[in-house]
Amino acid sequence: MSLEVHGAATPTRSKKIILYLSLRRVRSLVYQALLAALVALAAWYFASNAWENLSARRIASGFGFLSREAGFEIAETTFLSYDAADSYLKALVVGLFNTVRIAALAIFFSTLIGVAIGLARLAPNWLLAKLAAGYIEVIRNIPLVVQLFFWYAVIAENLPAPAEALNPLPGVFLSNRGFAFPTLAVTPIEIDYPVLSGFNFSGGGLLSPEFAALFVGLALYTASFIAEIVRAGILAVDRGQFEAAHSLGLNQRQVMRFIILPQALRVIVPPLTSQYLNCLKNSSLAVAIGYPDLVSIANTTINQTGQAIEGIAIIMFVYLTISLAISALMNWYNRRSALWGANP
Amino acid sequence: MRGYLPISLHMNILHRIDTVGMQREAKERMIVKTIFSMGVLLLIFLNAGDAHAGPTAGVVLKKGFVQCGVNTGLAGFSQPDSNGEWRGIDVDLCRAVGAALLGDGKKTRYTPLTAQQRFTALQSGEIDILSRNTTWTITRDTSLGLNFVGINFYDGQGFMVTKKRNVKAAKQLDGASVCVQPGTTTELNLADYFRANNMKFKPVVIEKLEEVLNAYFAGRCDVYTTDVSGLVAARVSRAANPTDHVILPDVISKEPFGPVVRHGDDQWFDIVKWSLFAMIEAEELGLTSKNIDQQAKSANPVLQRFVGAKGEFGKMLGLDNRWAYHIIKQVGNYGESFDRNLSTLGVDRGINKLWNRGGLMYAPPLR
Repeated sequence: MSLEVHGAATPTRSKKIILYLSLRRVRSLVYQALLAALVALAAWYFASNAWENLSARRIASGFGFLSREAGFEIAETTFLSYDAADSYLKALVVGLFNTVRIAALAIFFSTLIGVAIGLARLAPNWLLAKLAAGYIEVIRNIPLVVQLFFWYAVIAENLPAPAEALNPLPGVFLSNRGFAFPTLAVTPIEIDYPVLSGFNFSGGGLLSPEFAALFVGLALYTASFIAEIVRAGILAVDRGQFEAAHSLGLNQRQVMRFIILPQALRVIVPPLTSQYLNCLKNSSLAVAIGYPDLVSIANTTINQTGQAIEGIAIIMFVYLTISLAISALMNWYNRRSALWGANP
Repeated sequence: MRGYLPISLHMNILHRIDTVGMQREAKERMIVKTIFSMGVLLLIFLNAGDAHAGPTAGVVLKKGFVQCGVNTGLAGFSQPDSNGEWRGIDVDLCRAVGAALLGDGKKTRYTPLTAQQRFTALQSGEIDILSRNTTWTITRDTSLGLNFVGINFYDGQGFMVTKKRNVKAAKQLDGASVCVQPGTTTELNLADYFRANNMKFKPVVIEKLEEVLNAYFAGRCDVYTTDVSGLVAARVSRAANPTDHVILPDVISKEPFGPVVRHGDDQWFDIVKWSLFAMIEAEELGLTSKNIDQQAKSANPVLQRFVGAKGEFGKMLGLDNRWAYHIIKQVGNYGESFDRNLSTLGVDRGINKLWNRGGLMYAPPLR
């Protein structure tokens, strides 16, 4: 940003170029142009190589496969109905919706749990604070995939078979096939109860063990990080603010609500965005326990069609799009919450 | 302004630093498979010219071993034994190629692959042969850039259920939860079969064999479906009490397994193909690892050609003339391999008998 010039200014042509290059801004532009050219060259090299190799080995390419019949079943869908006669595109959309469903729910609940645990860790109550600290340290330091296997085992292996399902409330069944519950049917308006027929429950709603394990694992794991972010955010607010607020006669709740949290949010929101993004990306661990998310279905598609480059490209594009959307939303919120506080 | 960043930028950087630490751990969690696939893709990218750079046989000779893609652990086909040595009929095929080309069946290395990883690993050149109970289909043979070499096991897809379910036929499985591995022909046949018979099922799709079997034996699914040989192997090696599980009589598909190589290297294709045929032919000729030294002395011209004392089959393949002798001496014939690996598990030889004993195993003549 400096316009500072090194060396003496003499009016010959070559010296002029040197003079020009010695401008920091010009120099940085040249470097950037070089870097961009290098990146473009590398991208072109990789792409043309891949293309050459694919055609040399006569491996199918292009996105034409998307309209072909998928031929495999998907265990659960969100909002959509799907069967094996539908196209790969439909299957991928089902996967996308499943990803969005698990990520949205996990993000929402991890925020609630995270804020609660973060506040608990700062609580004057010794036991509560230590319990919260223990939760954070245990959950945060165990790999997520291990936790997913743990929850999956707890649900799938410890719950009884459908015939001996636990029935804590009328119409509610807990078994190793998942959590079956009554739903409201619209036409005619009546309650649709799950009934055991043959191998499984039919009617009503069903949360699969795969979904439940992934949801519990993701929400608890992400919450432990969010708790630390919340704690850091609150501790970042100057002590004087607490004291000043108290001296105004505000009670503990009001101090938090009106004085501390609005200021803490400015510190909390940016790292929170990263956690939300992580949560989305971590949901792809679904593959390990058999929840049909986007990655799982894209992998199957890749395997059935052999079109790995296209499949990976779709995965990357979708995650990038969702991540950028989350970022944009959070940045908007960050700007809003930043305006709340005093000028930095 | 020089030397100073705007304050907001500073804040930004601080936040970034803050988040880097928090992201680090989660990033490490990035799923293994995606990384694998991307790694393999990178190999495809970087492997430019490898397709033209010369035949696989030359590369194998240079590095001194055959790199084989095998199952992550399927008893009878490919599984490490208690000493960490890979065993199984798919492994024996690799050893046969090692014996034929390098004169030593031990000069082989193994890459355990899941169903989803296998084709990419072969396409990218990470392995030389895919020998992993892989079903030969038209899609795989054409659009994946691969060639199926032959068939080393004829299988078909079946269903296993717990005995207490009292199911007698596959048609009674309407509404069942079915454990299945993704990216397999099994997964597609399953959907086809239920569609054709107007039945419904709930798939439980887990990639790792280990995990999908855990899910079935824990009762998460009513049914486990895969090729019958796989069902037998799983029942013997994994069930707490094998008699609690029954394999239904229905076989819903044809599953011919065979080794696979890349398109575009005919010499390598021939070497792998004839290594397999040599094992089958040897059984037909009555040559075994035990008697081949003795039989080699016989005046029978067929045997003389087989062991390489006469003829130039080795030269035609670009191999040592005693290539077939090495295979049989070190690995054994097809029947020996089958007995050692599969009969011991209780898999019936069935249609995998030789053609002249009522089966389908048939090698074109070595002449």
